[in-house]
Amino acid sequence: MLKALASIGAAFLGFLAASGRIVIFAASALAAGLTPPFYLRVILRQMRDIGYFSLPVVGLTAIFTGMVLALQSYTGFSRFAAEGAVATVVVLSVTRELGPVIAGLMVAGRVGAAMAAEIGTMRVTEQIDALTTLSTDPLRYLVLPRLLAGLVTLPLLVVVADVIGVFGGYLVGVYKFGFNPGAYLARTWQYLETNDVVSGLIKAAVFGFIVALMGCYHGYHSRGGAQGVGQATTYAVVSASILILVFDYGITQALFAR
Amino acid sequence: MNAAGGTIPKIAIRGVRKSFGRNRVLDGIDLDCGAGESLIIIGGSGTGKSVLVKCILGLLRPDEGSIRIDDAETVGLGRRARKALLQKCGVLFQGSALFDSLKVWENVAFGLIQGRGMPRDAAREVAITKLSAVGLGRDVAELRPAELSGGMQKRVALARAIAADPEIIFFDEPTTGLDPIMADVINNLILECVRGLGATAVSITHDMVSARKVGDHIAMLHKGQIVWHGPATEIDRSGNPFVDQFIHGRAEGPIHMEVRAQ
Repeated sequence: MLKALASIGAAFLGFLAASGRIVIFAASALAAGLTPPFYLRVILRQMRDIGYFSLPVVGLTAIFTGMVLALQSYTGFSRFAAEGAVATVVVLSVTRELGPVIAGLMVAGRVGAAMAAEIGTMRVTEQIDALTTLSTDPLRYLVLPRLLAGLVTLPLLVVVADVIGVFGGYLVGVYKFGFNPGAYLARTWQYLETNDVVSGLIKAAVFGFIVALMGCYHGYHSRGGAQGVGQATTYAVVSASILILVFDYGITQALFAR
Repeated sequence: MNAAGGTIPKIAIRGVRKSFGRNRVLDGIDLDCGAGESLIIIGGSGTGKSVLVKCILGLLRPDEGSIRIDDAETVGLGRRARKALLQKCGVLFQGSALFDSLKVWENVAFGLIQGRGMPRDAAREVAITKLSAVGLGRDVAELRPAELSGGMQKRVALARAIAADPEIIFFDEPTTGLDPIMADVINNLILECVRGLGATAVSITHDMVSARKVGDHIAMLHKGQIVWHGPATEIDRSGNPFVDQFIHGRAEGPIHMEVRAQ
């Protein structure tokens, strides 16, 4: 019994220590951004990598999410003759919840893993030491641009995902279930409020930061060659995915719970 | 000159200790390197050579002891002072540590552009000059490191190490993994570059051919301590059993290599 308690306590202390290290890591990188030099070119390159190159995967998942949502809600709502709510359910679900979460998870898989692998390889091949000896702060040059790019780019991606997701719902609603196109669009706009979109964008900014932070943190602290880099990549994706879901609940609670 | 009338060493290391957990890697290192001197640090794998160099560069912080460069203490320097110190230094890493995402010239000019704020065009010209100093043409400048052979990558890494005309250059296993001819080419380039710049050089190597060719002085590290330090020309007459075993590559002797995990 005592042994079990001790191991639970040790795991909890380990969790607290790891959380502290991650917070210090993020704070150090952000603090580095308060003074020049600012690596604008690197930030723009990261925004391109995170945003532009993620468009296909985010777009594909968004359109199918919108389509499935319309399909599911139609078959469910038809049981109590509420098919007319399909357009509203699709737009609210996509903007408030599914757009940012699906985009966050996709970017975690695509970009978070790539960041951890790239920075991890730089760590084990002494490229990060080389940066330091070339009078360049690795936190400022490697980590901060990725954090900023994640923070700024994921909301932009989510705007695109929202539009494509709603369009997916429109396709199923109009072409499969025979809704009038004008009526479907009117229903889409009718109950949509600015807060629905803004809350999704706030979530997206937080998720973008989390994905970049986990990718950078685990890559930066990877050890032991290829195996260590592989492990860092796994940790980056898993921890970012879990944190996205945890923060999703926290932000929803903060913004919408009455 | 110091108070006693002797020459102040460029690098003076006193009582440096460094442990990782229970594993004590450096155990009271005392070592000097004079200005313009080429010091070679030899020793078996895992004896702490790279850790010692990383402590000098500030990439690792010693647990105890003092490391003075130009008679100024460097242990515990702040970020800004460390950056100023590192601008005096160039480093050639064991695996070259070139940045894959950048072109060859951008690698060579990296410290000039990012570290010193030199305009890209001017830095590019300096990079091409330095590449030519290590025998690489202008055409190589636009390639990526992955497109180069191991020997060419070492040359690019050497060009990067000397790009800012450093006062001190560190070479970590500069000839490891190269064939004997390419190793000799690199040794010659190191000699030319170090003499051309009048720089102080600290090299760590297993390669005794390289050590004899490039070094003025040689220090041998074993179990975290300097067991011998003297002129390179004296190494064959050191009378030190550790040195004798190492330079002749004998399995028998006072050095026992770990052949299984502890």
